[in-house]
Amino acid sequence: MKLEQMYQEIILDHYRNPHRQGLREPFDAESYQVNPTCGDEVTLRVALDGDRVSDVSYDAIGCSISQAATSVLTDLVIGRTVAESRSTMDAFVEMVQSRGQVEPDEEVLADAVAFVGVSRYPSRVKCALLGWMAFKDAVGRAAAGDATANGAERSEAP
Amino acid sequence: MTGQLTARNLAVAGALTTSEQEKIRADFPILCRTVREGRPLVYLDSGATSQRPRQVLDAERAFLEQHNAAVHRGAHQLAEEATDAYESARARIAAFVGVAPEEVVFTKNATEGINLVAYALSNSSIGKDAIQRFAVQPDDEIVVTEMEHHANLVPWQELCRRTGATLRWYRVTDAGRLDLDSLELSPRTKIVAFTHQSNVMGTVPPVAELVRRAHQVGALTVLDACQSVPHTPVDLAALNVDFAVFSGHKMLGPSGVGVLYGRRELLDALPPFLTGGSMIELVMMESSTYAPSPQRFEAGVPMTSQAVGLGAAVDYLSAVGMDRIAAHERALTGQALAGLSEIDGVRIIGPLDTTDRGGAVSFVLDEVHPHDAGQVLDDLGIAMRVGHHCAWPLHRRFGIVATVRASFALYNTPAEVDALLAGVHEVRRFFRVGA
Repeated sequence: MKLEQMYQEIILDHYRNPHRQGLREPFDAESYQVNPTCGDEVTLRVALDGDRVSDVSYDAIGCSISQAATSVLTDLVIGRTVAESRSTMDAFVEMVQSRGQVEPDEEVLADAVAFVGVSRYPSRVKCALLGWMAFKDAVGRAAAGDATANGAERSEAP
Repeated sequence: MTGQLTARNLAVAGALTTSEQEKIRADFPILCRTVREGRPLVYLDSGATSQRPRQVLDAERAFLEQHNAAVHRGAHQLAEEATDAYESARARIAAFVGVAPEEVVFTKNATEGINLVAYALSNSSIGKDAIQRFAVQPDDEIVVTEMEHHANLVPWQELCRRTGATLRWYRVTDAGRLDLDSLELSPRTKIVAFTHQSNVMGTVPPVAELVRRAHQVGALTVLDACQSVPHTPVDLAALNVDFAVFSGHKMLGPSGVGVLYGRRELLDALPPFLTGGSMIELVMMESSTYAPSPQRFEAGVPMTSQAVGLGAAVDYLSAVGMDRIAAHERALTGQALAGLSEIDGVRIIGPLDTTDRGGAVSFVLDEVHPHDAGQVLDDLGIAMRVGHHCAWPLHRRFGIVATVRASFALYNTPAEVDALLAGVHEVRRFFRVGA
């Protein structure tokens, strides 16, 4: 059954017990993203230490897929370099947009391979990417030294 | 089981019998298909778009195969036949909602109809040709309600932005009713725009009282009838509203066609929105004069087979009988409300009984996000809408971001409501709620 493939136990675990939830100081940049079709939203902060991601904190309202994806994101990027984080993100985006055609690399994606089932439900891809889009935006801002833009300049997930 | 269902359904006087329901369902080919892994489709999303019976599909095809031509231009036989078909559809649709053909303007959809009114009022407000009775001034007020679809909210926000007028709104009570005490109209109120039936809660606001209050201060009324016209008898003339809109695809008709009703005297005085071919009287290099309504508001070659299809849709609805359809959907709604109320952790957003209420039933579940609930229901073959249903402010008012919505049409059955209720239990089991 495809449904159980999407809602893998690991996703439901992250949903019920999200990692590193809450907004923390200090941070270098913050991003607010919303999924306009369902109203789900996330505010996510990134703190950098040199070229390394030292913390990701967030406050989010959303379904199990978006909440769990953001929780897994923190596991994958904290302590890694910005470049490593971006390549992990690229692999994740490719997987969930693949309509089930991409075999994920567990070396790169670790727990995030659980989201492979989402790729078979096109309407849920945005859910899985909401937190990642916020991360991408915040890292971009942090690298550019622009911490200020958040809620006032709301950009939409793709 | 069947006996039980029949008895329950007939509890509402005039509801469709089981054999009538079967006959109707046989007219909708899509209702026979399966979805996901061989599940029979249970389509509970008619509030978003309805399915179309063979009669509508056949009418469109017959028009295109036999009579297709650009309407209101050309003198050849096909042009005459196409124009007759188009105008005949207009006349039948007008009669269906109790108004004159000249008072019916075909638009792309209901959204365009509301924008047409908003922009025509805008156009009345500027330049040397400003029309005082329609002009919206910076001190004026435009009034809506908190339960509006974005289509009946955003165009008014934009009209306020363009003119400097202020947007105000009637609030919604915890029970999902309109709070008439939450706002006083004033002589500055120019427009009162409101829904005939909430697309989220099914709430039918007190139209007569809203119209009375609006007219008392000289305001124009705009009724969003998208969720009422497909489901219950509607007589726009008797409702005494100034403008009303509804969309074809929500009432068994094609997409790409909607209707704007305007009281004749108003349409005759209102300036155009979209301009170009077909809507003119005289054109010179410097300026032009315009055709009478409704042509004045139908610039360019209009949607034709869609209008013909919508004509067939109102014929179909009339043949079943709008009273019967309303009674049938009331029975389904009552069954859904009662069944959902019995499930632990379900909170219905909107009125809990069928008084002044139509067949949109939205709810939230403890511990399960609507998206996740919708996914499990979809896996069972049940098509329902999840999200804010283009009524985000209403959801905010209830402190939620999304709901799961069942919306019924004449082709739904008590067995499908049972499938919905069983589906909600399955959602709770799948996500181990209360386990």
